[in-house]
Amino acid sequence: MAEQFVGKASEFKDGDRQIVRIGEHEIGIFRHEGEFYAYSNFCLHQGGPACEGLTIARVEERLRPDKTSMGLHFTNDMNFVCPWHGYEYDMKTGEHVSNRKLKLRKYDVVQKGNDVYVVA
Amino acid sequence: MDLISDRGRRVQVDELNTTKLLAHAAKQTRDRKFDDVLIVDVDAHHYENENFGEILPFMENEVLKQLAMAARSKGGRGSVLPSVPGYQDMGGRVTRYPLRSTEKTDPGRLRDAQLGERWMDAMGVDYSCLFPTGMLNVGLHPQKEMEFELCWAYNRWVTEVALPQTNGRMFTQLSLPFGDPEGSLRCVETFGHRKGVGGWMVTTVRPKMPVYDNAYMKTYRAIEERGQTLAFHSGPSWGDHTFQSCNRFISAHALGFSWYNILHCTNWIVNGMNERFPKLPVLWIEAGLAWIPFVMQRIDHEFMLRPSECPLLKRKPSEYMREMFYSSQPMEIQDMDALECTFRMIDAENSLLYASDYPHWDFDLPSTIWDLPFLTDKARHNILGGTAHKLFKLPPRNEAQKQNLIKYGNYVEC
Repeated sequence: MAEQFVGKASEFKDGDRQIVRIGEHEIGIFRHEGEFYAYSNFCLHQGGPACEGLTIARVEERLRPDKTSMGLHFTNDMNFVCPWHGYEYDMKTGEHVSNRKLKLRKYDVVQKGNDVYVVA
Repeated sequence: MDLISDRGRRVQVDELNTTKLLAHAAKQTRDRKFDDVLIVDVDAHHYENENFGEILPFMENEVLKQLAMAARSKGGRGSVLPSVPGYQDMGGRVTRYPLRSTEKTDPGRLRDAQLGERWMDAMGVDYSCLFPTGMLNVGLHPQKEMEFELCWAYNRWVTEVALPQTNGRMFTQLSLPFGDPEGSLRCVETFGHRKGVGGWMVTTVRPKMPVYDNAYMKTYRAIEERGQTLAFHSGPSWGDHTFQSCNRFISAHALGFSWYNILHCTNWIVNGMNERFPKLPVLWIEAGLAWIPFVMQRIDHEFMLRPSECPLLKRKPSEYMREMFYSSQPMEIQDMDALECTFRMIDAENSLLYASDYPHWDFDLPSTIWDLPFLTDKARHNILGGTAHKLFKLPPRNEAQKQNLIKYGNYVEC
């Protein structure tokens, strides 16, 4: 397992992302709500750069108790979206939001002092 | 630059660089040695509205030209083409839409040609058929004379301005002003011989489109005599009466693309057009594949019960359908067994043509065909380019491609 320096934690603002390469691995590292998340940058669909697109809150449809719809709403859960076709992944798990069995490879992120590393 | 996200939040993303965006496609191209395979993309697009400043002056009628050009001038409040509501960019999730204007190209050469080369090189595509985008709605224009004028101008611009700047890597199936049968014939007779013209395209999103009308027979005959193709290019039309019950774009889009080809293909078959024009290659574009077995089964069933309504047919409708051509994108690949069944039913080895639809949001890479586990090598080569090579007479670009065309029985002198 190799560690790759990603950046200084103090310079990695919430909402930022970095793409690093370790050999054949191409990894997207996000900082979201103070935590680091790292996933394979190869989309499970057609291999697009899964971590390089828009981050956007998950959409839900809210129902009343009588099952009538209250319409579409953003939640507080964050997704990241492959820019090729719109495959949408859960920021905290790397799972595709429509099929949780589809999951991007997750990588460990290690913080040593102010330095952030990803492990592959 | 930044893009708008949820609740007005802005997200920083890189400026668009097609080569960088498609770096993973380029890796697939290298890994699969696509340089050795002739790959023809029969359905790719540009945004011709970005070139209307060059296109509209080619209109013939001075009054209509003035109307169209004035509508686009600064302060003009008109619109040249009918627009259809929709969210192709998924609220900016497919970033190449909002970022498109940020991509840098060199001055002095058609931007569409430069952008085309970038994605074609990344995907390993040798040739692509250039189709418009907004003009896919030209059939919704209430003025048939304006439809003719726009198609005429576009056809002139494509053949006189655009294709000459593509180093021979783009070809076209020009736009037929189908609302004007006489104008359609005039286009075929005027532009049919021009370099890079492989066939003719009918946009199928129209309020009414009788493909069987006697008014079109001269046009079909003229295309057949020239050895060219007739392509029906589908699209969505959320505003259409049929789709106004859809409250989500996904519904109108998923059904719309298939629906218009289902409709017109059924009319084409039932009216015996394949018997009338047996040497006319007909292509059905951008409707996916799942609709084809559906129509085959439905029409075969009713044909056995109501043969008196389609007396020109000498065989089952599905047999004629197997002899037509279909573009592969957007290929429904969620159930591999179903897809394999579809390939068998449509004789994909001989009828299916690879299409990317790039840069649109649901594009398919060549690997979507290449990686299918049930295909033979011959089928892979045929679908990716061998069959299109025969249809459009596109020469191989290197010796390895030529040898593969020969190996799989596809090579023809171009």
